[in-house]
Amino acid sequence: MEFFRIKRDIPFMKHALVFNVISLLTFLLAVFFLTTKGLHFSIEFTGGTLMEVNYAEAPNVDQVRTRLEKDGFTDTQVQNFGSARDLLIRVPLAKNMDTARTSERVLATLTAAGGNPQMRRVEFVGPQVGKELASDGAMALLLVCFGIMAYLALRFEWRFAVSAIIANLHDIVIILGFFAFFQWEFSLPVLAAVLAILGYSVNESVVVFDRIRENFKKMRKATVPQVIDNAITATMSRTIITHGCTQMVVLSMLLFGGETLHYFALALTIGILFGIYSSVLVSSPLVMWLGVSRDQFIQPKKEKEEAVV
Amino acid sequence: MNRYPLWKYLIVVAAVVLGLLYTLPNFYGESPAVQVSSVKTTVKVDAKLAQRVEETLQAANIAHQGVFSDLNSVRVRFAGTEIQIKAKDAIEKALNPDADNASYVVALNLLSSSPNWLRALHALPMYLGLDLRGGVHFLLQVDMKGALTKRLDATATDLRTLLRDKSVRHIGIGRDGLMVAIKFRDEETRKAARAAISDSQPELILTEAQDGADLKLLAALKPEAQKKIQEFAVKQNITTLHNRINELGVAEPVIQQQGADRIVVQLPGVQDTAKAKDILGRTATLEVRLVDDENSENAAVMEQAAHGQPPLGTEYYVERSGRPLLVKKQVVLTGDRLTDAQPGFDNQTHEPAVHLTLDSAGARIFKDITRENVNKRMAILLIEKGKGEVITAPVIRTEIGGGRVQISGRMSTMEAADTALLLRAGSLAAPMEIIEERTIGPSLGAENIKKGFDSTLWGFAAVAVFMTAYYLLFGFISVIALACNLLFLIALLSLMQATLTLPGMAAIALTLGMAIDANVLINERVREELRNGNSPQAAISAGYERAFGTIIDSNITTLIAGVALFIFGSGPVRGFAVVLCLGILTSIFSAVTVSRAIVNLYYGRQRKLEKVSIGQIWKAGAK
Repeated sequence: MEFFRIKRDIPFMKHALVFNVISLLTFLLAVFFLTTKGLHFSIEFTGGTLMEVNYAEAPNVDQVRTRLEKDGFTDTQVQNFGSARDLLIRVPLAKNMDTARTSERVLATLTAAGGNPQMRRVEFVGPQVGKELASDGAMALLLVCFGIMAYLALRFEWRFAVSAIIANLHDIVIILGFFAFFQWEFSLPVLAAVLAILGYSVNESVVVFDRIRENFKKMRKATVPQVIDNAITATMSRTIITHGCTQMVVLSMLLFGGETLHYFALALTIGILFGIYSSVLVSSPLVMWLGVSRDQFIQPKKEKEEAVV
Repeated sequence: MNRYPLWKYLIVVAAVVLGLLYTLPNFYGESPAVQVSSVKTTVKVDAKLAQRVEETLQAANIAHQGVFSDLNSVRVRFAGTEIQIKAKDAIEKALNPDADNASYVVALNLLSSSPNWLRALHALPMYLGLDLRGGVHFLLQVDMKGALTKRLDATATDLRTLLRDKSVRHIGIGRDGLMVAIKFRDEETRKAARAAISDSQPELILTEAQDGADLKLLAALKPEAQKKIQEFAVKQNITTLHNRINELGVAEPVIQQQGADRIVVQLPGVQDTAKAKDILGRTATLEVRLVDDENSENAAVMEQAAHGQPPLGTEYYVERSGRPLLVKKQVVLTGDRLTDAQPGFDNQTHEPAVHLTLDSAGARIFKDITRENVNKRMAILLIEKGKGEVITAPVIRTEIGGGRVQISGRMSTMEAADTALLLRAGSLAAPMEIIEERTIGPSLGAENIKKGFDSTLWGFAAVAVFMTAYYLLFGFISVIALACNLLFLIALLSLMQATLTLPGMAAIALTLGMAIDANVLINERVREELRNGNSPQAAISAGYERAFGTIIDSNITTLIAGVALFIFGSGPVRGFAVVLCLGILTSIFSAVTVSRAIVNLYYGRQRKLEKVSIGQIWKAGAK
């Protein structure tokens, strides 16, 4: 079996401008949704109480909601979770209240409302923790960006580092754009998925860059676009198969992982799809425009040989 | 060229054998057990205790599957949960004949059912996080300012005693914010006081100030002293939490400091979070103070006090019986002086009571106070979260020596037991607040394990089927390498006793999906070399060698992301990061070395290799 039967190198670089315009548009769209709609942060970031309650028989969600409001829990979100018998209740932080005890009071209210609810899970996050998590997340993102750039600059060249990080940050923004547009819950595991994707989809750029470097040494007479076209075409089969395999595992998580892993797997899915596109078709043109040339790779090689001799 | 030296094969074989060995305990599952540990430092856990437990079980005719003891506990395994509960009751009865004064914690637990020879090799199953086994997780914030004010309150009392002993006349001592202010009439006494204080309290910084006609001396704690107090407060609170949790009877509690001023408490298997929170969150301390009897009898003063204007130096409280009274602010004794508290009954009235034992310093102070204040009232206050409650305010009949004190007064037996427990557990050095809580029910934990397991299983199966269909034998070898990767990863996690969480399981699945990348790279390279007309042996060799650089590069970027997550992540995300990083490391070894070893073993010895099973090699131009 061989999926990719490509006779000639595909002239990707001819259409470089088109690809970059497409990514610019999706990027701007994502930024637009992020600014207008904003992310729907989970209580891990905002602080508050989250409870998962299980009933023997499906309760009436509206009744539960009004009952909670009557008992003073304003701005409380009640929704079904997984099945009709499971409820997810989110209570925001309230001032002048012993917030750590919110879950007990909510359960008392629910028990009074009948139906014999069973507590399955409680998460309470105080205000100070939420702020720290948000700043830690931002720090982690920064560290990943700098780490990857430094590594690529060391291993390849600064042009590769800059274009790889631009291409992959654009992925991140697009994932966040999806979360903003659909108002999916942005939780800690999603943040972990986003950072993992950042590291993972840089792989893709690395593989292409590796080929570009190799081709510069091998294809002495080819122009820069030809070198890049050949590199992308040669690695395309591997790109699709690798990402296909990773996606199979992520899909299995999406199907079997339940609600807890749902958004985690979703973030990975979007990241993988856009990762293929951007790290190949966005970063390579960027490298070209930043002025990569054969000399940058041939020179150091010679020096090294002399040193050995 | 495709031959490995013997030692490389041996390394691969050794790695696989070790991997199998350390993964093995995870398949044995866990069996119900009863764990006995000591509450008191004076009661040691030793072979004698194990023997006693065994004899108790024999006497009660309960069959067990082995008694194990380590430094801190004795554990007994049972065949089923029913026997486990029966055994727990029997052991509890035998070891703690007096339920109110228990020397041992007898708790239900789960023990790995792996055989002894595995345990001897330290091969233990992975440690499951709370989201997989159920339980409560708390993050507590220690109120550092509270620790300082508490210390300064005590300092104020010390200074009062000091100045009295040295006959230095002042006109008032009190805490003012984070300072103790002492007022004097004239400069001379202030100087005398200053000399006396700096002699005996070197950790105070003294500054002079003027307030109207009064001369003041302000005493603040030195920064080093403040730091020391804060460090001590966290340590003291951790010790106190240990004691309190021991009373809850949890098998494997985790109590750790996090950062400068936070404490993590994890109680696996605990479901009654309300009770746990009650015990943890309460910052009850005992205070003994004198009652301002004169003003308490004065109806006009009491009326004013009830509206929030008590006379200077006193506080307005309502006794449990409903009678209002004024209590002097000056603290005679605090819970620090308490060595024991037991619930019991009053000898005469047969009301529920709490019997207190004071240490020698406390006993002496108590003796002095009671001697000097005969026929006056003394209030015993329970301070909880900054709010005080007068439990009782008895009249002092005679001098009380020996340090044995009894509190009684309209308590139920339950209340008496609870109060005793709180007091006995020691007072907290500083108040604490719960700033994060996670409770996971046991059924949810089991479901999470299943979900994580299913995701991994089906993801692996899908990849395995695809790889074998697409790359034939090379694909199958890749799948074996991937399986080895999974084996190494689980073995490492078990060996390190890292905590496995649901995000950690997701990371295992994700690592598998990413690890196959290395083999795809290799296989594609080999195909390409074959396409370029190289001989099979040369193609295999070149494929592996050329792909290696790319594999390293691409894995390092993911490793950077993993390390960043580990540094800045907390809780479940950290678990994710650990698995991700380990997975990357094991995948490099398994994808390159293990798969190459198999390929070399199979193809390397064939001199005239004409065809390799790596799927169809399509060449442009050929149909």
